[in-house]
Order: sequence, then structure tokens, then C-alpha cells
Amino acid sequence: MTKSSSSSTVIKAEKLNLDFETNDGVVHALRDLDLEIEAGEFVSFIGPSGCGKTTFLRVIADLETPTAGSIAVNGQTPDQARLARAYGYVFQAPALLSWRTINRNISLPLEIMGLSRAEQQERVERTINLVGLDGFGGKFPWQLSGGMQQRASIARALAFDADLMLMDEPFGALDEIVRDHLNEQVLQLWKKTGKTICFVTHSIPEAVYLSTKIVVMSPRPGRITDVITSDLPDDRPLDIRETPKFLEIAQRVREGLREGHADE
Amino acid sequence: MTNLQKLLNAAATLCGFYALVTGIGALSPALLVAAGLVIAGGLRLSPVLAGAWPGAWSIVMRSQFDLLISFVAAGAVLAALHDGMAGAVWAIAIAAWLHGWLAVEKTIADDARSMGHNWVVSLGVPLFFGFWLLFFWEALTIGLGIPTVLLPPPSMIGARLVSSTAILMADFRQTFLKAVLAGYAIGCGSAVLVAILVDRNDFLRRGLLPIGNFISALPIIGVAPIMVMWFGFDWQSKAAVIVIMTFFPMMVNTLSGLSAASVMERDLLNTYAAGYWQSLFKLRLPAAMPFIFNALKINSTLALIGAIVAEFFGTPIVGIGFRISTEVGRMNLDMVWAEIAVAALAGSASYGALSLLERRVTFWHPSYRTE
Amino acid sequence: MTETLKQKVLPVLTIVAAIGVIWYGFTVYLNAPWQIDQYEKSATEWSMNDLVRDTMAHDRPVLPAPHQVVVEIWKTTVQKKITSKRSLIYHSWITLSSTLLGFVMGTFTGMMLAIFIVENRAMDKSLMPWIITSQTVPILAIAPMIIVVLNAVGLSGLLPKALISTYLSFFPIAVGMVKGLRSPDPMLIDLMRTYNTSRWQLFFALRLPSSVPYLFTSMKIAIAISLVGAIVGELPTGAVAGLGARLLSGSYYGQTIQIWSALLTAATLAALLVIAVNIAAQITQRMMGVPK
Repeated sequence: MTKSSSSSTVIKAEKLNLDFETNDGVVHALRDLDLEIEAGEFVSFIGPSGCGKTTFLRVIADLETPTAGSIAVNGQTPDQARLARAYGYVFQAPALLSWRTINRNISLPLEIMGLSRAEQQERVERTINLVGLDGFGGKFPWQLSGGMQQRASIARALAFDADLMLMDEPFGALDEIVRDHLNEQVLQLWKKTGKTICFVTHSIPEAVYLSTKIVVMSPRPGRITDVITSDLPDDRPLDIRETPKFLEIAQRVREGLREGHADE
Repeated sequence: MTNLQKLLNAAATLCGFYALVTGIGALSPALLVAAGLVIAGGLRLSPVLAGAWPGAWSIVMRSQFDLLISFVAAGAVLAALHDGMAGAVWAIAIAAWLHGWLAVEKTIADDARSMGHNWVVSLGVPLFFGFWLLFFWEALTIGLGIPTVLLPPPSMIGARLVSSTAILMADFRQTFLKAVLAGYAIGCGSAVLVAILVDRNDFLRRGLLPIGNFISALPIIGVAPIMVMWFGFDWQSKAAVIVIMTFFPMMVNTLSGLSAASVMERDLLNTYAAGYWQSLFKLRLPAAMPFIFNALKINSTLALIGAIVAEFFGTPIVGIGFRISTEVGRMNLDMVWAEIAVAALAGSASYGALSLLERRVTFWHPSYRTE
Repeated sequence: MTETLKQKVLPVLTIVAAIGVIWYGFTVYLNAPWQIDQYEKSATEWSMNDLVRDTMAHDRPVLPAPHQVVVEIWKTTVQKKITSKRSLIYHSWITLSSTLLGFVMGTFTGMMLAIFIVENRAMDKSLMPWIITSQTVPILAIAPMIIVVLNAVGLSGLLPKALISTYLSFFPIAVGMVKGLRSPDPMLIDLMRTYNTSRWQLFFALRLPSSVPYLFTSMKIAIAISLVGAIVGELPTGAVAGLGARLLSGSYYGQTIQIWSALLTAATLAALLVIAVNIAAQITQRMMGVPK
């Protein structure tokens, strides 16, 4: 795995601002955001809708351009990072192309990068195995369940072999049982690959369960109200969610969210 | 049987009785058998018989039995057509049709209970309907003695199709293989290319989309005389008409198709740092395919119409449109209808082929998905 | 408001202007050979200016300039009595009346077919493929023959032309209406079933109202195609009135200006008809409380 050479800081945002012009006037989607994310961290962004958590992820991915302030991804601008294919992005919906089989969906980014057939096939096999979809590669997306589709889209983001994964509420539309299962799998993937993961969610248990660092955000204007470093052990079975430590962190997140609402 | 089925059966039986009573001495043996069968079919309305012979009952209740009555009666009517049509014969013709309807009702009721695709229903039922269309066309034209210069019976048109194959083939080659294919390919092809170019510029797209939509609704066929003046009498002028007729529907559809890919899918390609052409070929063109096929299907009919109408404004002495206009003048309506049949066959075949191709290419679209 | 102007109107106007410029360009280009030939015959000196001016003043140009067409339309509408045989308004009225008659009959036929198809599965299976096949018969192409034959049976005047329009317009109506009648949410249909509604109550309370937007979309296509049908129905040599007859006589006598003015009038008529349907759609939907 090639690490970004100079420093271990993957994302560095300083005084980041983003305003949208709408019919009802200017919306401050992000206001004075300062944040540093180190390599290998699992960072969750949590907050009510409109707090800018997805917007921030999109700024990192160069899908939105900030109005003021600076942001660096691997020491580069987001634009350069995107062209260098520095990250894999998982959207809220699977966004699989319905005319391609699962295999060919996963190889789509690889085709665009211009990798050789053999290399493509090798990576598809490896990542499809990582997300536990062996044997489904020849199916079309619409022949699979919602959970399987989202796993395929994670495999597609992994196939990149980028060190950074951006995940935007990937399990928001799934039922709780499937979500628990996929949370476990994501955690294992993270441990196995050592990637840096930015994960947007609106579920407190999900954020606490997955993260090494939890960024609490609040809306109007979108800003960071608290950054909580979790000291839960790396090995996290699902029932860790009943331990006092887990509940303590969850409580702190909840308070952070409430504070954000208090000044409305 | 449902109420509708009982009603159909009862109506058919009444027709059978009417035929028997009014035509007992005059009817041919075949017609008598048909009337007998119809009346026998009516016995099913009486519940007494169900208890008497349960085995036989379950057989005669099936749709196949109605189909048998229907075909026997229809055959008997066709055989008796040329001897003049008495009221009794009409009654049997109607009874035959009612039993045909009944058979279809029963088949479809069975089909509604079963899962999966049934070829008998999706192909057999429409063909059966087509048979009745031809049957009544034949029966009415001959039975009512309609002059063949007005509407020839299908049998006469069929005979013409067989005897004038050479002329029909030559006309088909001139109109379809030369003008239609060339014009269709150029019109649709150039429209797709123009749409792709226009799509790169948002201002142009905003301007051309409403104008293209408007022009698609215009009677473009009116440019036919102008094209004949510009490009001469041969197939090139017809192809030019077709190019203009097919261009705008295709351009408009392709333009809407190119914006059919969802925002999320485009973002996805953006995160891959995909270039313009990569996202065009890997995402936007495939997503536009259902729209493009829609236009291809609309255009297949437009193209044929354009070619034939343009031939009215001047042609060499061959071509479907030329033949239609001259044979109408000579009152050879059977030849005219034979040409129409050729054109309709060519049109339906193209449409069918395009539909099959569409199914293959856009198999992933929700309307075609098979789990 | 200024935003819509910039986003919608400006691009359209630009394209229209571009089409005008290209048209003028082609007028000069296409009419030039004949004009140069004339100059040489009469051995006149000519400059580019003369050429541009003269190519736009032919009596029977290969392509008339837009302003020639506009002048011709002006002359044959405003400056002619409506009853005159040379008034475009008179001819437009002839075409319009058979268009409307055909459209009304086509809409009625299409709606009836759609209702049968939605309410009876046997009808659905038997009719639907034939409705699609019916449109592969190049009816427009045989329209002149049908007119001749119907004339021979004693049907003449408006009705034969209107029948062509009917044949063309019932198709989009039937297809759109079937889609519309089947559009209600299955959950709503189930809800109605829990009220123990009869089949026809379900139809009038749920299916019919849901089909209205689909119906109007289809009507826009249907009215445009009705106009095409009426014009082509006027093409056979028998017809002396209507925009189609103007096209035909124009092409016989090489009166290109007359052809183009008839074409442009037909285009205007088509636009007006579609706009009229649009307005009717908006009024109806507002009355039904559909949010715009």
C-alpha cells in the first residue's frame, strides 16, 4: 500500500466556507470549518440534515468548490487529488449502472483509469471477495437485494486501491439488520486494509461503533460543534454497543448534537 | 362461466336457433353442422347436464371446444359465401365470432391465474383477432356484393400478391431498400451526432430542444414537392424528405436521453476523473438508449410514409407510391391493396425488428427486466 | 422572470435568428446560378450587391427569401377577402375544420378503445398489438386513395379528410389513455377496494381523474398529427381548397413562394392548435386542483 509520502495528514481544512445561492437567499452550507484527518483514521461525520456533513464530503471529493478557506487532500488541492484518483466514493444509493453486471460495474473505474484486462480482473476478484459477493459477479444490479447492491458499490470504491474512502450515508436506506451486518464488514475491511475512511451518518450508534474520531456538526450555518476521539478498543464485536464506555461516548455525541440545536 | 361468458354463449345460441329456423331447407350441410354445433354449445348453459356426465361436461366447457365450434362455423360460412348470403348465414357468422370471443375470454381467464409468459396468449390471441378481421372483411365484401373497385376482398388481394410478385418486389426495392433505408440511416444517424454536439453547449441545447419539439409536430411532409424539385425524380429526393422528417424526432429524443443519467451517476464518473468521451460512452449514451429506440420506432413509420407521399410528387415509373397513385387511377384496387399490404408488412417487420433489438440493448430497463 | 427570459427565451430566439440568417444565405446561394445565367444572357455588368438583391426578388425562386414568404402571406391574408379563393385564411379554415372534426372523432375513438382495453383483458390482448400495427400501415401514403374511394361511395367534403385525421390521432390517445387509466397507485386501488367500490365507481373516482394529465399530453400529439392528416388528405387532385391543395397547385405550377407560404401557415396553425390544447390542459388541471 503506497502511503502519501510527506506527512501522515490526509485531509486538512482551514477556515473552510461554502455558500449556496438559492431563491430564498444565501445558505451557509459550511462556515469556518477547521479539521485535520490523519492517515488510518476512521472519522464519522454526524449531525441533523442541513448541517453540511455531505457537503464537506463533496468538497473533499471536488464535487463542490468552497467559496473561501483552504482544503488539502494528501497535500494537494481536491482537484489534483481527484485527477490522481486519490479516493473512492460511496454514495447514499448504490448508483450501479443497470446495464453492467456486478463484475463490470466494479471494473468501471478501472476501465476509466486504463488498467489492463488482467489487472482489472484480478482487482475485481479480490474486492468482490472482500465484500463477500463471490458468485454474484455475473448478475445485474437489479437482480440483487439493496444490501448486496450497496456492498457491490463498496467493492467498486475499493477496487481503486485509493488510501482514502469517502462514504456518504452508505447504509441509510437499508434495514437495521442488514446495516449491522454491513457495519461489521466495513470495520473489518478498515482493519484489513488500513485505509483512511470518512463516513457520513445520522445514526449515533453507527458513528460510535465504527469511528476512531466523531465529528459532530450542526446546521444553519453548517459548522463543527465537537470532535470526539473514541477510545473504544480496535476489536469491536456488535455487543460492544451495550458496554458503559460505548454509552458514555454516545451520550457525549448526543449532547453535542443538542448543543447545536440549542442556539436556534 | 362468468356472466360475460354466459351472455356470449347465450347470444351465440340464439343466432344458431335463428339460422336453423329460417334456413332449415336452404342451408348447406356444412352450415347445418355448424348450426347444430352452436346449439350444442348452448346446452352448456343448462346446469342439469353438469351432473349427468361430469367427464364430458369438463371437456365441453374448455376453451378448445369453443374454438372448434368457431372454426367449423367460420369455415362453413366462407365456403357458402359465393352462393349469396341469406340472413341465416349471417347469423352463423356472428355465432362463430361470439364463440371465438368466448374461447379467448376463457383462455385469458386461465392465463390470469398462471404465472409467467404465455406465448399462446401474447401471440395467438392477436393473430386470432386478425383472423376475424379478415373473415368479416371477406364476408362483408362478398356477402354484401361490394364492388371490387371500392374495396376488394382479402382473397382477391392475396391472389394479386401472389401473381404480381415481380412488380411488387421492384416497387419494394425502389421505395424501401433505396429511399427509406438511405434516408432513415442518414436522418437518424446525423441527428444522433448533432445531438451529441449540441449537448456540449447548454445554450444551444436550450434553444434547439423547444424548436426541435415544435418542428417534430409540423407537417414536414409538405416539403416533399420542394425536395422533388431540388433532388430530382429518383429515390434521392425521397431520401431527402425522410432525412428531414426523421431528423428532428431523433435529435429531440437523443437530447433528452443524454440528460437521463442521474446526477449521482454523473458525480460517480466525476470522482473517477473520467473524461468527456469516457462518460459519454460508458454512462450517458447507454442511459440514452431507451430514448433513442423510441425515436427509431417513431421514425420507422414516418420514413415509409415520407417515401410514399414524396412519390406522389414525381417519380420514375417504379415505387410503391407511384404504383398506388397510378393503379387508383385505373381502378385496380386489388393492386393498390397489395402494395399497401407490402408497405404494412415492411413497416410492421421493421417495427418488430426494432422492438426485438430494443429488448436486447435495453434489457436492463425496468420495462424489460426479467428477474 | 428575467432568469426564465435568459434561460428559455433567449436561446430560442438566437436559434430562430440563426435559422433566418442561414435561410437568407441559402436563398442567395441556391438562386445565384440562374441569376448569373440571366446576367450573362443580357450581358449586364453585375456586382455582388446586385446578385444578393436580385436573387431575393425572383418570381419562382428555387428557395424564396423569408421576407418574400412573409409578404406573400400578408398579401393572401390581410389584403384578400376571406371568402376569396386566394385567401390563405379561407384555405386554412378548410384545413382547420377537418382537422378539428378528425381530432374530436379520434380522441373519442381512442378514449373508448382505452376504456375497453383497461376494463377487459381479452380486449387488451386482442386489440393492443393491432393498435400498434395499425400505425405501421402508411395511412398518410394511401390517404389520397381513401379520399377517392370514399368520394365514390358518396362521402365527400369534410368527412373523408377528417377520417384520415381520426385514424392518425386515435393512436396516441389510446396509448396515452391506457397508460393513464393504469397509472393510479396500486395502494389507492386497494384502498378503494376496502370501501367495497364497484368497478365503475373505481373507474370514475380514481382511474379517470388519474388519466387526465396523460390524456392532455396525448392530445397535443394527436392534434398536431390530425393537421398533418388533413393536409395530406387535401393532396389528391380532386381537392381544390385547403392548405394541402395550395401545396399541390404550387408544386404543379412551380410557385415556390406559394408552397412556402402554405407551409409556414401550416406551421403557425400547428403551433396555435398545440397552444390551445395546452391552455385547455392548464385550465382543466387548475380546476382539478393539480399543483402547477
